[in-house]
Amino acid sequence: MNYIFYFLITVSIIAGAINGKLSDVVNAILTGAELSVKVAFSLIGIMAFWLGMMKIAKQCGLVKIIAQIIKPITKRLFNEIPEDSPAIGDIAMSFSANALGLANAATPIGIKAMEELQKQNIDKKSASNAMCMFLSMSTAGFQLIPATVISVLISIGYKNPTEIIAPTLLVTTIAFLSAITIAKLFQRFWTPQVAQNHIKKEKQGGEI
Amino acid sequence: MFHQIMNFISLWTLPLILILILTLGLAKKVPLYEVFTDGAKEGFKVAVNIIPYLVAIIVGISMFRASGIIEAIGGLLTPFLSHFNVSADVIPIMIVRSLSGSAALGVFSDIAHNAGPDAYTTKLAAVMVGSSETTFYILAVYFGAVGISKFRYALIAGLLADFIGIVVAVLVCNYMF
Repeated sequence: MNYIFYFLITVSIIAGAINGKLSDVVNAILTGAELSVKVAFSLIGIMAFWLGMMKIAKQCGLVKIIAQIIKPITKRLFNEIPEDSPAIGDIAMSFSANALGLANAATPIGIKAMEELQKQNIDKKSASNAMCMFLSMSTAGFQLIPATVISVLISIGYKNPTEIIAPTLLVTTIAFLSAITIAKLFQRFWTPQVAQNHIKKEKQGGEI
Repeated sequence: MFHQIMNFISLWTLPLILILILTLGLAKKVPLYEVFTDGAKEGFKVAVNIIPYLVAIIVGISMFRASGIIEAIGGLLTPFLSHFNVSADVIPIMIVRSLSGSAALGVFSDIAHNAGPDAYTTKLAAVMVGSSETTFYILAVYFGAVGISKFRYALIAGLLADFIGIVVAVLVCNYMF
């Protein structure tokens, strides 16, 4: 991430200078910073709403039922997470929300799932394999009906907007399956995480 | 007919889920109001926690978009991608859809309005936008909320999957439309 952060900013400045858009790039700092706070604040209300609903769904056993249904899949994908972990239920709910196109609900529930995964993470600063898997699946954005796109198509007078559902579903399914495969492959070859207390011990040893 | 069914589904999914959760909760004698407000308390905390991560990523992406580099990359790719029926209009979507969801939707709206409902470009852009999530945004929000700063392979995996999605979208649209 250090490199990406460095790259995004320096390359933008250099490219902006070459393209004669340096003032736009500098202005983008302010608009970007404002936008970030706007995004975060706009999340507060809807986040509170869905976290509240999720808690009810959990206490009445609904989450457990959904988690049971997709258990055969999650067991394989998240092999490092105990089967009865509450993370599994949250992951299941997050994907149901995503698939149904409830983007407002998917983000708060996804964050909840991350929090549960973080509890079992051995290094709180770096992403566990389960987290990387969950994130790759989320960023692939599996969705049954692309509602926003369809509404734009309707607004321009597209005669048969539902015809894009089938190709979109095909593309998103393939992207989703690739995300899982890629995450699984990386899981095998990437340097494994080191437990946090282990790192601390090494550091202390180094200081002596 | 099919169209109406789709409308009905997208209108009723959310309300039905709410009714299901609340009815089940009441049946199981869950103290609804108490549990809801208790769960909702975390909303503020999470939203504030993600601000630093969002600022880092959104400022970086805003600068990147303002620098004109996306148009430059698009210009370089146009001759190559025109072999696959991809017009120059669609190329910004390919790059921007992993960076910013609202920007991708904006570009798509422009294309739809300029190219019109019958154009192949509109269909391709629709499939590309509809089949993706904003990788960088999800990354910043999900990892930011729990304080993860080392992403390991999460970003690379997400971007690779995005890339595969683009290639498949071009192939599928070439075949179907």
